[in-house]
Amino acid sequence: MLLIVCPYCGKRPELEFTYGGQAHLVRPARPSELDDQAWAEFLYMRANTKGVYAERWRHARGCGRFFNALRDTTTDHFLAFYRTGEPRPTLPAQLEPSDRPSSATPGERGT
Amino acid sequence: MSRQTFSGLSLIWRGLSKHQGWQKQWRKPEPKARYDAIIVGGGGHGLGAAYYLAKEHGLTNIAVLEKGWIGGGNTGRNTTIIRSNYLFNESAALYDHSVKLWENLSQVLNYNVMFSARGVMMLAHTVHDIQVIKRHVHANRCNGVDNEWLEPAQAKEFCPPLNIEPNIRYPVLGAALQRRGGTARHDAVAWGYARAADALGVDIIENCEVTGIRRDAAGAVEALETTRGLIQSRKVGVSAAGNTSVVMALAGVRLPLESFPLQALVSEPIKPIFPCVVMSNTIHAYISQSDKGELVIGAGTDAYTSYTQRGALHVNTHTLDAICELFPNFRRLRMLRNWGGIVDVTPDRSPIISKTPVPGLYVNCGWGTGGFKATPGSAHVFAWTIARDEPHPINAPFTIERFRDGYLIDEAAAAAVAH
Repeated sequence: MLLIVCPYCGKRPELEFTYGGQAHLVRPARPSELDDQAWAEFLYMRANTKGVYAERWRHARGCGRFFNALRDTTTDHFLAFYRTGEPRPTLPAQLEPSDRPSSATPGERGT
Repeated sequence: MSRQTFSGLSLIWRGLSKHQGWQKQWRKPEPKARYDAIIVGGGGHGLGAAYYLAKEHGLTNIAVLEKGWIGGGNTGRNTTIIRSNYLFNESAALYDHSVKLWENLSQVLNYNVMFSARGVMMLAHTVHDIQVIKRHVHANRCNGVDNEWLEPAQAKEFCPPLNIEPNIRYPVLGAALQRRGGTARHDAVAWGYARAADALGVDIIENCEVTGIRRDAAGAVEALETTRGLIQSRKVGVSAAGNTSVVMALAGVRLPLESFPLQALVSEPIKPIFPCVVMSNTIHAYISQSDKGELVIGAGTDAYTSYTQRGALHVNTHTLDAICELFPNFRRLRMLRNWGGIVDVTPDRSPIISKTPVPGLYVNCGWGTGGFKATPGSAHVFAWTIARDEPHPINAPFTIERFRDGYLIDEAAAAAVAH
């Protein structure tokens, strides 16, 4: 089970959270002006990254709030947690997926 | 190439001669510089596609590229359930095409895939379940797919270990039974297709990961960069399950896929006790017994996307809670091992078997949590699509463009288990 650090409540077990999928997808300001391809892109197409992925989580059985996280999908190690509306953090080079130190510490840095 | 044929007589003969003289089941060739067609992904779907390309479409200069070993991905990690009781016409046609191929697959491949039509029973636990499942039964029968409604006592008669007492949290209120459904030996499916394809001249190349897709000035596929060198081909079929997004991104094609871990587990082996396959959507359990005696149990997907081929324990224990309530006499069984595979899930939970915007590039993906059952049918229509550069009528609705055009095949709520 993942240990997830809610930026508002701290470290909690995964069971308290629901997953919100790819982060930083912005709903188009004027949907009626989009063609079908652009609308399908917003609704359905996902990066599905193998590597560092920005994703949303919701502390559903806690404070109820959404936030974002960076996670390496090849190891499931979290690299950062940050609040909705904040930009995606830039990772130090040593935290790139290839050779990263052990698990929990990098994750807590984001809070 | 002359091949040993398996038969009862050959098994007895080899047994009496101390099993000397068995041939290798397929070659381990070096990749050639050029192929007429390449399949990326050496699981059941990919190996099957290569086999049907060679067998039915006369293409024999073909390679299957596999980044690991054949059948080491989801083909070897699933719970081997075969059924075709899907709700919509398009799905019923596709999955029933597959069941019909399963029925003769051992004979066709001369390889025992141990297909066993032992019946797949889906349980209803609520009034809503009863309504949905009966709707499925009627829809299936309209499509020529066998399915029948059983009252609880009939379900108990078909599967004696089933607990139909009214005092459990979600009592069994009835079930749908597809008698033509069942199980098969998953590894044998990969090995059987590999052996049969190899005999037709297909090169099966393991430990060969695709790292780039080269395209010509017109945008069409012309070669693959791999960990074993550059390989030219004007036709490439990608059948890479959970890694499809990664491979297709090499050609700049975006897909409506998310890759999730899906787990399964087996118990210690016991004497034959479980005669069929039982699935429950509402409380999420599915279970059958392998010929080795292990109870094969399917758990759910984890909540998050991942490529790790493992998941969290609580997903398994959730399923075991349901199993223990439905089959109280399994409560003292020990679980032997558990594992995960990475499944590529589409928004409508139906697969994509399709041409792509890149000429010469084809994709067979999005099988989500239920691809094993479709292996022969999927491979068969994918081979057709690659060979003719147009879809077979059965997979014509399963395009990428359906997400743009709104023609979803929305099995999301109608699949056998909750996702």
